[in-house]
Amino acid sequence: MRNNRSIISGIDWWTIILFLAIALFGWLNIYGSSYSFDQTSIWDFSNRAGKQLVWLATAVGLGAIILMIEEKAYDVLGYIFYGAMLLLLIITPILARDIKGSLSWITIGPISLQPAEFAKCFTAIAVAKYMSRYGYKVRDLRDLIVPFLLIGVPMMIIMVAQKETGSALVFISFLLAFYRQGMSGYVLGWGVVSILLFILVIRFGEIALPIGLGSMGMLVSTLSIEAVVLGLLFVHEKDIRSLIIVGAGVAVCYGIGLLLNIWIPVNFNYIGIASLAYTAVCLLWQAIKNRKTSLAWIVGFVIISAVLCQGCDFAFHKILQPHQRIRIEVLLGMKDDPTGAGYNVNQSLIAIGSGQTIGKGFLQGTQTKLKFVPEQDTDFIFCTVGEEWGFVGSAGLLLLYLALILRIIHLAERQRDTFSMIYAYCVAGILLFHVTINIGMVLGLLPVIGIPLPFFSYGGSSLWGFTLLLAIMLRLDAARVYKMQG
Amino acid sequence: MINDKNYNRRYVIAGIAVLVVFIYIVRLFVLQIIDQSTQGKAETNAQLRQTIYPSRGLIYDRNGELIVANQPIYEVTMIVKEMQSSAFDTLGFCEKLKITPTEFDKRMQYITNPRKNRGYSPYSPQVFMEQLRQEEVAALQQELYKYAGIDIRCRTLRDYMYPIASHVLGSVGEVNQRDLERDLYYSVGDYSGRDGIERTYEKELRGEKGVKILMRDSRGRVQGPYQEGNLDKEAITGEDLYLGLDIKTQQLAETLMQGKIGSVVAIEPKTGEILALVSSPNWDPRSLVGQARSENYQKLLNDPNKPLMNRATQAQYSPGSTFKILQALIGLQEKVITPHTQYVCNGQGSRPIRCTHSHGKNIDLEEGIEQSCNPYFWALYRDLLQQDGYSDDNAEFKQHYQIWRDHIMSFGLGNKFTDTDISEQAKGAIPSVGLYDKIYGKKGWKAITIRSLSIGQGEILVTPLQLANQTAAIANKGYYITPHLNRNDSMKLRIHETLIDEKYFDVVHRGMARVMTDGTGRFYNVPELKICGKTGTVENPHGEDHALFIGFAPQDDPKIAIAVAVENAGFGSTWACPIATMVIEQYLTGEIKRKWLYERMINANLIDNQDEE
Repeated sequence: MRNNRSIISGIDWWTIILFLAIALFGWLNIYGSSYSFDQTSIWDFSNRAGKQLVWLATAVGLGAIILMIEEKAYDVLGYIFYGAMLLLLIITPILARDIKGSLSWITIGPISLQPAEFAKCFTAIAVAKYMSRYGYKVRDLRDLIVPFLLIGVPMMIIMVAQKETGSALVFISFLLAFYRQGMSGYVLGWGVVSILLFILVIRFGEIALPIGLGSMGMLVSTLSIEAVVLGLLFVHEKDIRSLIIVGAGVAVCYGIGLLLNIWIPVNFNYIGIASLAYTAVCLLWQAIKNRKTSLAWIVGFVIISAVLCQGCDFAFHKILQPHQRIRIEVLLGMKDDPTGAGYNVNQSLIAIGSGQTIGKGFLQGTQTKLKFVPEQDTDFIFCTVGEEWGFVGSAGLLLLYLALILRIIHLAERQRDTFSMIYAYCVAGILLFHVTINIGMVLGLLPVIGIPLPFFSYGGSSLWGFTLLLAIMLRLDAARVYKMQG
Repeated sequence: MINDKNYNRRYVIAGIAVLVVFIYIVRLFVLQIIDQSTQGKAETNAQLRQTIYPSRGLIYDRNGELIVANQPIYEVTMIVKEMQSSAFDTLGFCEKLKITPTEFDKRMQYITNPRKNRGYSPYSPQVFMEQLRQEEVAALQQELYKYAGIDIRCRTLRDYMYPIASHVLGSVGEVNQRDLERDLYYSVGDYSGRDGIERTYEKELRGEKGVKILMRDSRGRVQGPYQEGNLDKEAITGEDLYLGLDIKTQQLAETLMQGKIGSVVAIEPKTGEILALVSSPNWDPRSLVGQARSENYQKLLNDPNKPLMNRATQAQYSPGSTFKILQALIGLQEKVITPHTQYVCNGQGSRPIRCTHSHGKNIDLEEGIEQSCNPYFWALYRDLLQQDGYSDDNAEFKQHYQIWRDHIMSFGLGNKFTDTDISEQAKGAIPSVGLYDKIYGKKGWKAITIRSLSIGQGEILVTPLQLANQTAAIANKGYYITPHLNRNDSMKLRIHETLIDEKYFDVVHRGMARVMTDGTGRFYNVPELKICGKTGTVENPHGEDHALFIGFAPQDDPKIAIAVAVENAGFGSTWACPIATMVIEQYLTGEIKRKWLYERMINANLIDNQDEE
């Protein structure tokens, strides 16, 4: 039986100090952005800042309780937690009231909770539990199926049933933990290529080709896939023979298309599909003949990328909500609309720009006071930081986040058991993803996707969710000390 | 973790985090320290976005007569911060707006309370008073410069040229939460068509909002246009709408329906354009404009006579004797009768349905229609359904019933019109084989069981709109064009053929002409208009019979088809027929010659509870 003293001595106080620094700075900014003149006191619990203080106090309490719970609970009960969480996610849209097209809030008395904010934590536990079992090999394709399902199922529920695309995308961040465990770096590369393909298909999707039928987006993306294949053949496989066969075949496909186009209008979308099919068949044959699995991987890449390109167009027009579509179009420069969808970002850039080096000072920001930036105490709260605390404050906040994430990576690396290590990497990944997407959006570098800034944005669910995530990790880390001793 | 070959990957992951933060810090550095353009915008600070409201499309009748226009309405806005930081002459301000200082304080409390006035900011304009007429703001307008932070904005409300056609036109009101979520175009406080054609053609009528972007300094004072007004957008006026309605005819029909519950629907048979559509009781569309809207709407909602219901398209009645026209046509088409076929009528002593009129013993089709002879149409219906007997499980009989039902439904009965711009409709009902199987059992019903259908009673239900449309199909000798309100829709020519050949209509038309010259409609005929008609008196369990009339004119080149329904009025010939003939007279000749009849009709009050008020 271990006593609590050894736990306290094992707690990583650096993480707690960083957590508190970010959360308190966040609270000051919530106060600043919801401040108005007739507000009587900073302690008024009916306003946003007052409410956030209550959330913060309860979150600290929640963290303290978690630190006292035996860490074995997560390993033993991991799947039960996960199952309960799935159930909650499924019933949420049934019980939820429609808030701006999203069905993700459960209201219990005076408080509203967003179960999706807690789903990340329990999914991380389940993934860590599965991947830490004996004999698990992340390099083995079959061993990836279950973890991908563990991640994919809650992701789909949140995206399709609850219509919260932002919260669903966060689950992608688990790939980082997979990568650390030895998953091929090509999978990460694959993810990046997928995103680029999506952008190409959408960006050039509505531009018609100068000759024949079909869209510029499809042509460009198909040729990009071919280019990646040829590049892989050259750099990775050093297989010049296949390279020539594939390259010549593709050239012949397009040549035939151009030739036919003289007499009848040719749809180059189909030519693209034909050339991809040729590439896949050709490489598959080589793979079987020479028994080279790495070629089979490239075939997989071709097929999935081709499906992705066709699917993107569909997803963009059929699955995304109109406002999300407009946001992406504005970001890609397809629509220039500073008064419409680009308005938020435009205003947020003005707010941040006006902060200059040291900012206008606490409560002195006019841009935010004038309520020109919507969601200024939730998703767009970084504006307030930029305006009132300037470059010093906002860069400082970014460095605080960087310090926290690096500290978590450090903690992850010093774990003695795989479960704790994977879990800690999941935490690092989730935080990195949130910070990247949220601040990238406010800085106009990424499309507007509504996810909160961890420990910083107004909202009890997200604060509790992140505290839970962090506290469990701290407990696992604290237990490491006496594991070493014992 | 010894011999971890992925050991170095920790640096890749940490590197990604460092890279992201580095990129973002560079971006911040550019935005906040290097880029002067953002700073320039930021120093003059915020934009003030003023919405410019477009004026809503106008609505005209078929002769280009303006029916619905717009009137300007004003709202007074206040930027609280500016008002407070100036020496504001509250008393003078109150005087200009004719409000008391107590009222001023109350309004101030309301707009500065973020819980009641969500999105409140002391730096942006808040609506202080709304829906004011020009004369109410004129005094303030002249000395606006004296009051810091105060502005007057103009919007438009509907203005109705005639106090009529409320059910057709519908009304305009503020958007609700659902509209806001469904259509990103709307923002809080916008107006949209709530019912009638205002709702059907909302997208066309509303136009497009414009925006004017102004620059302000850090105290919120307006400094001038943002980027020289390059980003401003003009409001685009809504499209005008031309209705098929003839406003004079509509007006007369509504006047005639005063003090009665029921409806009038008139259609131009060749185009399907609705010439008049009256549901009575109704209301003055002007009463649902502006400040009075919510109060008056509540009154209409609570009225026991249900004026908000559009009886012309939503009330369902049995068609009664008006149905005999379709029975005759189906009999001819299915070759059960010829125009010369005679049936025997024993007057009051006829079985199973007695006749309510006295006429000759052996009668042919034309006379049957003229005299609305019940035994004639029962015999016809029986012969139609039983022409091949019943066979084992009534299969032959049911097959003929199905053929009959297909004929009826080809006239647009039993279903809503889907390809039309009339928003609120009832389906009506033409009972199916399945329904009777359910009521009587699969073998439990025969022609005699459903004999009431032969004279348009029983389970059949139609709406006045369907009745008028069916009459148009009769006038057109076999087809109809979906009835609609917008004249532009006539271009689309939504033709629906009935299953009756053209050649069978002449004899029926002659019969309907005889109704007006010698039959139940003879007292109200206008011979020179060549009206063809049919009256109907419908029994109903709730009191006096409903009076119905269908008709068209002139016989050889029909220009108007009409259906009139007056609830609990008694005989169709006494109430519905004169109203219909006067509406036809008005439409075809532009005037009413029979002043005595007009006086009698408008003074008649058939609503029981009207005296109680």
